[in-house]
Amino acid sequence: MTTAVTAACGAAPGTRQTTQASQGGANAATATSAADLGGLDKLVEAAKKEGTLHVIALPPDWANYGEIIEKFQAKYGIKIESETPDAASADEINAVKTRKGQDRAPDVLDLGQSFAISGAAEGLFAPYKVQAFGKIPEGQKEATGLWVNDYGGYVSIGCDAKKITTCPTSFKDLLKPEYKGKVAMNGNPTKAGSAFAGVYAAALASGGSFDDIQPGIDFFKKLKDAGNYNPVETTPATIEKGETQISIDWDYNNAAYAPQMADKGIDWKVNVPSDGRYFQMYAQAINKDAPHPAAARLWQEYLYSAEGQNLFLKGFARPVLLPAMTADGTVDQALAGKLPQVEGEPTFPTSQQVDAAKAKLASGWDAAISG
Amino acid sequence: MSRSLTGGRPGARSRGWLGALPLLAFFALVFGVPAAALAAGAFTAQGRPSLDNLALSLRGGYLTALLGSVKLSAVVALAGAVLGTFLAHAVVTSRFRLLREAVLTASGVLANFGGVPLAFFWIATLGNSGVVSGLVGLPSGSLYTFWGLAVVYLYFSIPLMVLAMAPALDGLRPQWREAAANNGATAWHYWRYVGLPVLAPAMLGGVVLLFGSAFSAYATANAMVGTVVPLVTLKIAAALTGDVLIGYENIALALSLDMIVVAGLVMAIYLPLQRRTSRWLH
Repeated sequence: MTTAVTAACGAAPGTRQTTQASQGGANAATATSAADLGGLDKLVEAAKKEGTLHVIALPPDWANYGEIIEKFQAKYGIKIESETPDAASADEINAVKTRKGQDRAPDVLDLGQSFAISGAAEGLFAPYKVQAFGKIPEGQKEATGLWVNDYGGYVSIGCDAKKITTCPTSFKDLLKPEYKGKVAMNGNPTKAGSAFAGVYAAALASGGSFDDIQPGIDFFKKLKDAGNYNPVETTPATIEKGETQISIDWDYNNAAYAPQMADKGIDWKVNVPSDGRYFQMYAQAINKDAPHPAAARLWQEYLYSAEGQNLFLKGFARPVLLPAMTADGTVDQALAGKLPQVEGEPTFPTSQQVDAAKAKLASGWDAAISG
Repeated sequence: MSRSLTGGRPGARSRGWLGALPLLAFFALVFGVPAAALAAGAFTAQGRPSLDNLALSLRGGYLTALLGSVKLSAVVALAGAVLGTFLAHAVVTSRFRLLREAVLTASGVLANFGGVPLAFFWIATLGNSGVVSGLVGLPSGSLYTFWGLAVVYLYFSIPLMVLAMAPALDGLRPQWREAAANNGATAWHYWRYVGLPVLAPAMLGGVVLLFGSAFSAYATANAMVGTVVPLVTLKIAAALTGDVLIGYENIALALSLDMIVVAGLVMAIYLPLQRRTSRWLH
């Protein structure tokens, strides 16, 4: 096992794995593609033999992971052990580090972008290219497949249209006196990725840039001073109760709340703010020491198959292969049509810009918002 | 109460500590090892020994959070101790046995009522669109402040104090009061020279207990006030876990070390006072 692992992160992993594969001793732990194992069927076979996949931090109501897990289990007869669904990216990285060599280490990870980059730099992941790797846009993947973005969304403003007469459609709107005590976020921006993105988007809306998040922090200070900022963390329960009538969150979360809330008589509307558009994706990675290496690789193949990507779409998340699938017609049009409408192509900050913004936020957020 | 327990056992004392050995070993393992690891991490920055984390943890937002936690815990501990003692006294001296049983049982339950359910309980009642806030005309956002959080913490702190004080109040014999009265003491004299000295150790212990539980509380504040009320536990959580900050783990350890020092200081005040007050009992 140890040698296999060393090979995987060595300088030229390709050659050695080909030898192993060609010797017939197909070693899933070092396979960098399905071809290394003799094709997808062989990978399925090896994964079925392992029988189990251990995942962490996949909330069933987040990007439709609940259904994805069910469908995968049914399709391949592999049991998925889903641990601590509400864990954060930092917990996932911790689990990989502290459970090295243990059976209960996570096989695959769904990470915030910067955790994917830092984890790859620390050598925690196995390089693997799914069959659709070539179709994934540059910038959304690490060149050797150490991490690949899987789905993402825009920062959006959800709003209870029954209680709010005019739903806000921009960050500027949020400062209006009519929204007093109503504007909440899905968590604390120094902790929750969606709330951090909310501050970044607010920065873009208020004269900031990817290099300058300060106007975003200032925006929330203004919001707080106006009495509009509501510190309660948005959950389906707080929406239902009417406590968080306006919530800044990923559009896939807000959009997923809509049908859920419709059952309870709440008209939950989603707008991507016109003045601060911020798009971000989450990334997939395979634990280098995955206890079920074949199942881990098969999970990746499934997530990046048309079926898996359409399931993300069903959860209102924008899958990374959406442009490619729109082009080749494999996208589920009905589902794509339900996404909150956004004009124009998204742009992305570099990881240096994100790191600088986070450092700024860590030191500046409390001072702006507390008291 | 325990007047005759401290006398004459010089022989037993020399070997007495042997009996405590399993406890000490357990303590060293489950408290000592993590504490050492925590200290080691707190004094390491970029893989080298350093005081940077500690210095950082005592500056800017981190210092504000630490002071915020101390302030909140002190307010909750003092208010909770006073209100809890009065409530416990009222119940213990009440002639209705059923009331006493009911309050003590409820205290046992409520003292353990915390976390997100507690936060939501208050949000649903006194939040911006809470059931009661509309009736009493509570201005929006008033629950999500320092004082709002203090009130919410009192919800589990007062019952905790009742539980801590009830046995001590039971120990106040009616005869003492009668004896004092026979000697011409007023109620004030009785409380000043008999009641409070007897209760003081339990009260002090209760204050420390309340301080500790408010100081370490996290989930309620996180769900209810986010970062609006700066608290050290929230800063530790943000540095240690989450989807945003990377590489702040050792600052979290330094903050934990600060918390241990604060708790240690509280104990350092409590222990000599406790020793002093318990002297009156012998």
